[in-house]
Amino acid sequence: MTFSKEAKHAFDAAPWAGKTKRYDIVKEGSIAVALVAIAAIVLSLVMGSPDEKPLTFKGWAVSNADNFYVTAVQEIAGTSGSATYGGPYNKASDGLNVGPFWLQKWAGVTHPIDTVNEFVIAPLSTQVMSTEIASALATWKAASDSQKQTWAATYDDAITKADGKLADVAAGAYGPVPALAQGLTDMAKGGALDAALLSQGGFFQTDNTKQILFFGDGSYLDDAGTTANLQGGTWGMMNETGRYPGQAWLWLYSFWYQIPPFNNEESKPIGANADAYIMVLMGLLSLGLILIPVIPGIKSLPMRIPIHRGIWRQYYDANGIKRRKK
Amino acid sequence: MSEMWTAKLRNKWQKNLPIEKLLPDDQPAYVVSWIYVFGVLTLAALAMIILSGIILAFEGPAWYHISDTGLFVNSLHFWSVQMFFVFMVVHLWGKYWMAAWRGNRFRTWATGAVAFVASIATAFTGYLVQTNFDSQWISFEAKDGFNAMGIGAFFNVTNLGQMLLLHVAFLPLLLGVITVIHVLMVRRRGVVPPIDAEPLLSGVER
Repeated sequence: MTFSKEAKHAFDAAPWAGKTKRYDIVKEGSIAVALVAIAAIVLSLVMGSPDEKPLTFKGWAVSNADNFYVTAVQEIAGTSGSATYGGPYNKASDGLNVGPFWLQKWAGVTHPIDTVNEFVIAPLSTQVMSTEIASALATWKAASDSQKQTWAATYDDAITKADGKLADVAAGAYGPVPALAQGLTDMAKGGALDAALLSQGGFFQTDNTKQILFFGDGSYLDDAGTTANLQGGTWGMMNETGRYPGQAWLWLYSFWYQIPPFNNEESKPIGANADAYIMVLMGLLSLGLILIPVIPGIKSLPMRIPIHRGIWRQYYDANGIKRRKK
Repeated sequence: MSEMWTAKLRNKWQKNLPIEKLLPDDQPAYVVSWIYVFGVLTLAALAMIILSGIILAFEGPAWYHISDTGLFVNSLHFWSVQMFFVFMVVHLWGKYWMAAWRGNRFRTWATGAVAFVASIATAFTGYLVQTNFDSQWISFEAKDGFNAMGIGAFFNVTNLGQMLLLHVAFLPLLLGVITVIHVLMVRRRGVVPPIDAEPLLSGVER
């Protein structure tokens, strides 16, 4: 038996006129809530929930003082990841693009971050400091911008040449930069930098952008992410710390970071702008999910692959309905 | 009287969604499958999420770090979210293979799909406000994607205050409204008949 498309549509849309059965929607809902509540309570009692302590600048400076020191120098020299990031923090780079669309650049600098002053000079200035650090700070503040840049860049280059091994850095005209970096390292070791970076001289504060960005400039956060198996290149986006499930529903988002060209930063234009392309891709796929009922091919698959025969088996059997050819 | 907006709305509501449809005591005989329970289970998990979330909101984001009771309520919230997504994904796949958008049910499908995307956004902000190492890591990593699209200019994942407010106020409200609309649409249109169902068996003309 075949029916016209219109007749089938009218049938599907019309209120059901066939056999019905008793159905208690309130009872069903109540039982569902009770079952989910019991499952949640049991899982909570047995498994608990993840709560790995947050990292601190104190922990970073104590466990890897050299890396913290080198990162501080990079913040002063303007060569750190944050200092060279671009929008929305500064104009140091154009950021990522998708073809002719430079959305990152066009969105502008909405959260300005001046790494040298906000990450180093301002926190140091809040402290009661040694004569050496106070003198270095005064020298820095009195110097011209070009002088500051020369000192910082020269020292940063020297550290790079020594592969980050501070003991091997050649002597040079670095001005107060080594003392400032050492002062910040000591401040971090004592625990004062954590609070100073957040408050920035104020009282109420709910924005952790500066702390998070500074953290990411060194290796401490990155190493901790690797140890916890959270790196994006190894499906880390879906993971959670410890033995807990993470955001498994991000599997498709995470998937793109595992395959070329997205996982190759050298590959232009897509790999080099993977974050942007994957956002666009996922936006389109999300739109596709919403529009499945009107997408040719995809919308017909349920009719072609007879999973519905299992779902409605009882109805088909009771009415002797055979599968129609599609 | 019929010109009144209120009367128009009431008449339209009564016509499209009478109380018998909203709270039915019967349903088509073909509604016999375990797949049907995943919609209501999703709603049940959402109810648990909201309930545990309200308790967490009263105590603040750092409560569960220092209190056993707080940790328990946080765990309820966490596992309810995990179950919510499992149930919702099974529900979504079930509805796909049932081609549940048939018979003027496109908007029912679309609101469900939007609810799925909104849920991901809501859960994501939840992970950002855990105030633990995981939220440090996620905020640092996730900022690049949002910044790349210019979204970071107004949706700053490293701003705890902003994410917390969105997580406990705007996003749940948005998700709640979409969910209510989705459920009302399901009740209005009824459960989609089986693929290959016979119109003649229901007295509908060829």
